[in-house]
Amino acid sequence: MNQQDFIRRMPEASSHLRRQDGMWQKLHIDVPLLILLLALTAFGLFVLYSASGGDGHYVRRQGVFFILSYIAMFSLAQVPLAMMQRWAPWFYGWGLILLVLVLVMGTGAKGAQRWLEIGGFRFQPSEALKLAVPLLIASYFSQRMLPPAFKHVFWALILITLPTLLIVKQPDLGTSLLVATSGLLVLFFAGLRWRYIVSAAALVIGSAWPMWHWGLHGYQKQRIMTLFNPEADPYGAGWNIKQSKAAIGSGGWDGKGWLQGTQSQLDFLPESHTDFIIAVLSEEMGLMGVLALMGLYLLIIARGLIIALKAQHSFGRLLAAGITLTFFVYIFVNIGMVSGMLPVVGVPLPLVSHGGTALITLMAGFGILMAISTEPKKVGL
Amino acid sequence: MTKVGANKVSVVHASAMPACVSRWRFGAAVVVLLLLVVALIWRVLVLQVLPAGTEAQQGHIFLQGQGQARSLRVESVAAYRGVITDRNGEPLAVSTEVTTLYANPKLLALSPESWGELARSLQVSKQDLIEKLQRYRAKEFVYLQRHMPPQDAAMVLALKIPGVYGKREYKRYYPAGEVAAHVVGFTDIDDAGQEGMELAYNNHLKGQEGAKRVLKDLKGRIAKDYGQISVAQPGQDLRLSLDLRLQHIAHHELKAAVKAHDAKSGSLVMLDVQTGEVLAMANQPSYNPNDRRRISSAATRNRAVTDEFEPGSPMKALAVMAALESGKYSPGTEINTAPGYIKVGKKTLKDYKNYGLIDVTKVITKSSQVGMTKIALKIEPEAIRNMYFRMGLGQSTGSGFPGERVGNLPTYRKWQPIVRATFSFGYGMTATTLQLAQAYSVIASGGDRYPISLLKLDQLALSERVVDERIARQTIAMLQTVVQKGGTGTLAALPNYSVAGKTGTVHLVGSNGYDENRYSSIFAGLAPADNPRIAMAIVVNEPSRGQYYGGLVAAPIFSKVAAGALRLLQEPPRKDSFRLSSSKHKTRASESAG
Repeated sequence: MNQQDFIRRMPEASSHLRRQDGMWQKLHIDVPLLILLLALTAFGLFVLYSASGGDGHYVRRQGVFFILSYIAMFSLAQVPLAMMQRWAPWFYGWGLILLVLVLVMGTGAKGAQRWLEIGGFRFQPSEALKLAVPLLIASYFSQRMLPPAFKHVFWALILITLPTLLIVKQPDLGTSLLVATSGLLVLFFAGLRWRYIVSAAALVIGSAWPMWHWGLHGYQKQRIMTLFNPEADPYGAGWNIKQSKAAIGSGGWDGKGWLQGTQSQLDFLPESHTDFIIAVLSEEMGLMGVLALMGLYLLIIARGLIIALKAQHSFGRLLAAGITLTFFVYIFVNIGMVSGMLPVVGVPLPLVSHGGTALITLMAGFGILMAISTEPKKVGL
Repeated sequence: MTKVGANKVSVVHASAMPACVSRWRFGAAVVVLLLLVVALIWRVLVLQVLPAGTEAQQGHIFLQGQGQARSLRVESVAAYRGVITDRNGEPLAVSTEVTTLYANPKLLALSPESWGELARSLQVSKQDLIEKLQRYRAKEFVYLQRHMPPQDAAMVLALKIPGVYGKREYKRYYPAGEVAAHVVGFTDIDDAGQEGMELAYNNHLKGQEGAKRVLKDLKGRIAKDYGQISVAQPGQDLRLSLDLRLQHIAHHELKAAVKAHDAKSGSLVMLDVQTGEVLAMANQPSYNPNDRRRISSAATRNRAVTDEFEPGSPMKALAVMAALESGKYSPGTEINTAPGYIKVGKKTLKDYKNYGLIDVTKVITKSSQVGMTKIALKIEPEAIRNMYFRMGLGQSTGSGFPGERVGNLPTYRKWQPIVRATFSFGYGMTATTLQLAQAYSVIASGGDRYPISLLKLDQLALSERVVDERIARQTIAMLQTVVQKGGTGTLAALPNYSVAGKTGTVHLVGSNGYDENRYSSIFAGLAPADNPRIAMAIVVNEPSRGQYYGGLVAAPIFSKVAAGALRLLQEPPRKDSFRLSSSKHKTRASESAG
């Protein structure tokens, strides 16, 4: 890095050393990341085909979503970082307005109000906040001295808390957690002092009890209770976890074979093509399938972290690290939830679960990563 | 957050405050990330492959069991029920393959648009179907239609309505219908024997249900068939002793007679005297076992076996056998029956008319109450009861038929004279039609009692000699006179064979003792008298067209049925049998008298 820094400071000196400065960089495409994403996409569709009971309908739909999400990714990759940084507050502001609108005039199902319908077009504004929050926080800190002063940390926390609370109100615990995490991770990489972290942890533990009593909805409490004792309500709240654990356990080393899972193919596993799709993979492809998927995920995360490390500006670095680790949080929460380690909070398995909005958000995030990775090297003096 | 500020600060950071802090934090983040990855992998390992099988450990062995418990099911496979045939292999009960349609109402409720089509194809009204589904809406199983012809069911299943399924079952069909209904019996809709031989030999007939392993989904549909664990073992066939041809004749004649005399009910039993097998057993009223909806319980009773009654005069033949056995009487012993009545205790017993001085044979021929009373009072009171018992009365015939009654054959420490008298002509005790036929078959076989069998015998059952053959022969000879000119049962006679038998007309017991005008007409007999093949007992209850004497109501049935039966049994006709047998009787009678 030192040598690179040295080169970077020499005007024109590095031009012949920029190996990436070819067609891909001009197209703003990070080739290793693209290859990994394509591999994961294919794998995901393969699993989805089985999870939807061999029904091509979901696979075709998901295919369309993938095409849209890749377009979103390539489009975002073209946006210069400086522009992102400038527009981040606006993006965030619109997001907040939409969230308020959702609470006022949103639509939804099962007692939750999550969707906004404008001119026959339905979308979930909370998804946009998954990108708006890290963008804003990264933008905020990249303009300030690091490590951040207490004042800035305080304001950053306010900026994170606002959308989080609005999403909790919908209510949508899973998304709000991910939104908060995406902001907090950026805050962490910005150089949040350890004493803040320790005191925040103490605060969380201290507030757990009042939160339990006043802050959570009945069904949210039930989900957490169910986690610790799924057998208590085997036909209600515990059903999902019981079924998914049976499915995972039935897989063994190499699984029952594609389309051969009994739990997943015979409708015992609920939400098998969305949140609980990893259980299908576990049952049909066993430990080998799970490890293969995890390996792909880890390679993507590694690539993301490398992009973060190589970023030239703290904005890009903070953003890349935040997006990458939020991606990991997705994976961890989903697999933890399906395997009965974490409460059921409704987080899809990224790029594998069926669902359009989450897919487009995720791929947009990778678009930002590509923008960071292919940013033209500047010599700032 | 101005544009200028932003540019300025970012420039500072990119160079002056490089990744020192950031790198350290990266390291920490990567370590935490890897720890979490290890935790996830460990979790998956525990669930999938680590050797921990108990429920508490939630290891893969437990979880695999859980998974299998949800979907893997063992289904029963219906077994083919054995065929019931008559002694010649004619089918009396056969099983045909049918399809039973059932539904999951919860699932069917999701597609109400298909109900109309379903109702049409099931040929029920849509309203009824909707009501049924409504009634069972909380259940996951309801029969739509049981025992449909497979091709009809296939048409319904071809509609592919979600929640409608079919399974193979067997339905019982009775080719002989009401002709053999009482003996064969019937099964219920689940193929279990309910009556008759279907019930008695249910275990023999039913076979062993097979089992197959299937995979069922959440809604109970079979997703995959893993094949059979155990093959369904078909039940064994059952060959009855009945001869369907004789059964047809018996049924037909009994039915005609019951109708002609407007009688309440009737029974007929025909036995093979050489084996104890039941060749025919008919009852009226009968029923069609193929149409179970219209079966009344009164019609299903096999009255020949389950109904006991006072047998009346046919018992006189047995009482006379006891007299012959005592040595005090021979067929020719003369008894004075004048003046045509006798007072026993407070009762006066009357003959039809004053027969004057007659021999024992004549007592039977004329069915003389006075003569019989005098004989009964002269011999040991226990002798008659013993004779009845030895002939099979008051005990099981061994037929094994469900609900068989053994009759009532009382014994007394002190026999009142009136009891002794009435006992000798078949009152004060009860028997079934089958027992009566058995008693006459013992006489016919020359004193050998065979256990009664409703199954065709492969080898002769062990018989028991209960009466001296000479006495049996003498009794047959005496009974022949009943059917001959001057006897009470002349209508039982056959043109080509000699017949021996005894009529009976008994008052039925009502709520106030014996009813004046309710009778049973009875005839018990055997043929051919010179070398008996069959013994038969016929009871017609409450004939109401004026005629009620056994000789007028029951005896003609004997004649018609025996004529057909002997012809079908290929019994060579005796030419001029009437004269031959009567001369034989005379010689025998005189021999014994001497």
